[in-house]
Amino acid sequence: MDTFVQQLINGLNIGAIYALIALGYTMVYGILRLINFAHGDIYMVGAFAGYFIAVKAGMAGPSWGGLVVVLFGSMAVAALVGMAIERFAYRPVRKYSRMTTLITAIGVSLLLENLFVAVFGGQGRGFPQLLQDNAYHLFGNAAISKSQILIFVVSIALMVLLQWIIFRTKVGTAMRAVSFNLNSAKLMGINTNAIITFTFALGSALAAAGGVLTAQYSPTIDPLMGITTGLKAFVAAVLGGIGNIPGAVLGGLLIGVAETMVVGYGGSIGIASTYRDAVAFAILILVLLLRPSGILGTTVQEKV
Amino acid sequence: MLSFIKRVLVTLAILAVLYALNLVMSKQGLFGFGVPLYQVDLWKMAGINIILAVSLNLINGFTGQFSIGHIGFMAIGAYSSTFATVYYTQGLERWLTGVVGADVAAAIVFTFVILVGALAAAIAGLVVGIPSLRLRGDYLAIATLGFAEIIRIIIVNTNRVGGATGFRGCVDSANGVTCIDESMGRLTIPAYTNFFWIGLFAVITIVVIYNIVNSDAGRALISIREDELAAQAMGVNTTRYKVTSFVISSAFAGVAGALYGHWRLPHPGDFTFGRSFEIIIMIVLGGMGSITGSVLGALVVTFLPELLRQLPGGVYNYRLVIYALLLIIIMITRPQGMLGGREFGLSWLKRSRRLPEGTAAVGASKGVPVAEATVRAEKDVEN
Repeated sequence: MDTFVQQLINGLNIGAIYALIALGYTMVYGILRLINFAHGDIYMVGAFAGYFIAVKAGMAGPSWGGLVVVLFGSMAVAALVGMAIERFAYRPVRKYSRMTTLITAIGVSLLLENLFVAVFGGQGRGFPQLLQDNAYHLFGNAAISKSQILIFVVSIALMVLLQWIIFRTKVGTAMRAVSFNLNSAKLMGINTNAIITFTFALGSALAAAGGVLTAQYSPTIDPLMGITTGLKAFVAAVLGGIGNIPGAVLGGLLIGVAETMVVGYGGSIGIASTYRDAVAFAILILVLLLRPSGILGTTVQEKV
Repeated sequence: MLSFIKRVLVTLAILAVLYALNLVMSKQGLFGFGVPLYQVDLWKMAGINIILAVSLNLINGFTGQFSIGHIGFMAIGAYSSTFATVYYTQGLERWLTGVVGADVAAAIVFTFVILVGALAAAIAGLVVGIPSLRLRGDYLAIATLGFAEIIRIIIVNTNRVGGATGFRGCVDSANGVTCIDESMGRLTIPAYTNFFWIGLFAVITIVVIYNIVNSDAGRALISIREDELAAQAMGVNTTRYKVTSFVISSAFAGVAGALYGHWRLPHPGDFTFGRSFEIIIMIVLGGMGSITGSVLGALVVTFLPELLRQLPGGVYNYRLVIYALLLIIIMITRPQGMLGGREFGLSWLKRSRRLPEGTAAVGASKGVPVAEATVRAEKDVEN
């Protein structure tokens, strides 16, 4: 029971990070039908931005103020990077075929990875400790650390904020309109370009928050850290039904929990813990075959 | 009769050219002409990339099904064929050497294991294709990506093929790593692959895919790309054609894998989804639905990063950044790829010939309002 609770906590933790990143994938897909393969790298950019704000601006060392500055600073930097990517790489190819936009996204992803390797080197670097980390014992041997609580609190707060933006504000209404039908939204006088840019900023900020929270929890960052995490977050988005916001959160948590459960219990049913990375894809394929539009997604009937 | 003689002559000429090129690429060279080893490796890689790109083009470019799991089938080809040579064919090769001599024996065994790799990849293609080709567009892409990653992770976790450290023909046993097993002779992977084999299979791939595309079946595939519902309504068994093209394409990826496996020792790190993207970059760069375009794209993707190595010191570190930037710029300025669905040939010199099957890029007519798609198609014609 202790182990189970512990694995559940760890799983939900990783899942919350996946969910934060998956939200960016799903929002961009919902609006542009574009798989933004560079999104995982935005997560990495966020972690690096957090690192430099902490180290260069002297915010390193445990303090709540520093943590807040690092978190919001890196979210702002990532939002700017996301907007720049949208403006200079995706907007010019938006009207072209899907393959072209996909290759552009891959190009942006390669650009960010290689740029960061060239500038900062490929080796990992330690992320400064922003939080006096101590563990709280729940019961038995199960424990939850302060970083983990932080991940839960911040990610839930951000998700609530996102929900509020999308359903309670004017710009959110515009986002939903654009995702429903871009051309009609344009005819209704919505500045679709601005809305798309805003969506990228929002998604990138969420990914950056995920990056800082992860770096704070397991403190090594490197330029290629976004590849696997990004791919799994993307899988989470598809799992929940891509374009569907609650679906992305659900998918993220599901994959996070499934992964840690395989690590924790897989050995007893003959699955080595090294299969951890395959779990996300196995679940994905099962769900796609049984319910092609994802758990919460809606099927669009193709008409002649 | 005449055309038959012509075909035989052309085949012999291609074989002779490949043989001569192979000598040029070998250590001793031909008539004193030789190519540095580093460049030989690049040309070999280019050949393998051509096989991969041209075969993936059958699914992505001609059938319009969006697969990003091609590298998974290459991995299956590489591992199944090297598995065969390491564990099963060495006795056969020794026996054949006694009968027909070492060179011919190696050639026979290599042909056999390439077929093993192709067959294994084809079966995997069938197993993956039947369920996932029901999915459309991006979902199919994601499913194929997932399958490829699962294949790679299974390989990483299989000790009999070397696991995460790569397959060197050595086996991990309880006593540690064993590379020589007295009862079975050598366990290392024989280096059968040379430029001749890669070139031969690159030519075979191009000829086979070209013939498929220009046959009845090819028309059916292209009709699926243009409009799946309409194709279905016209009586095309879309599922069967999609699965068949997927299986054929996978088989060629398996051939590429077998060639790769007997040249460089297969390593799970060579079969990540980043490599899948690289193959897609080749076909999009060359122009979707163009075989010569795929060949061109494969050459560019193989040689461009190497050419960027020539850059002076300060810029050298940024060569991959420049590569990525070039990729984005090409996509923005020439989204239809270099050849844009046309084939490059002698007729190119007279006038830019258009293939009868249309030039719209895959997915151009999907997900956009009809009016917009029509405007775009008209623009394409103007270009």
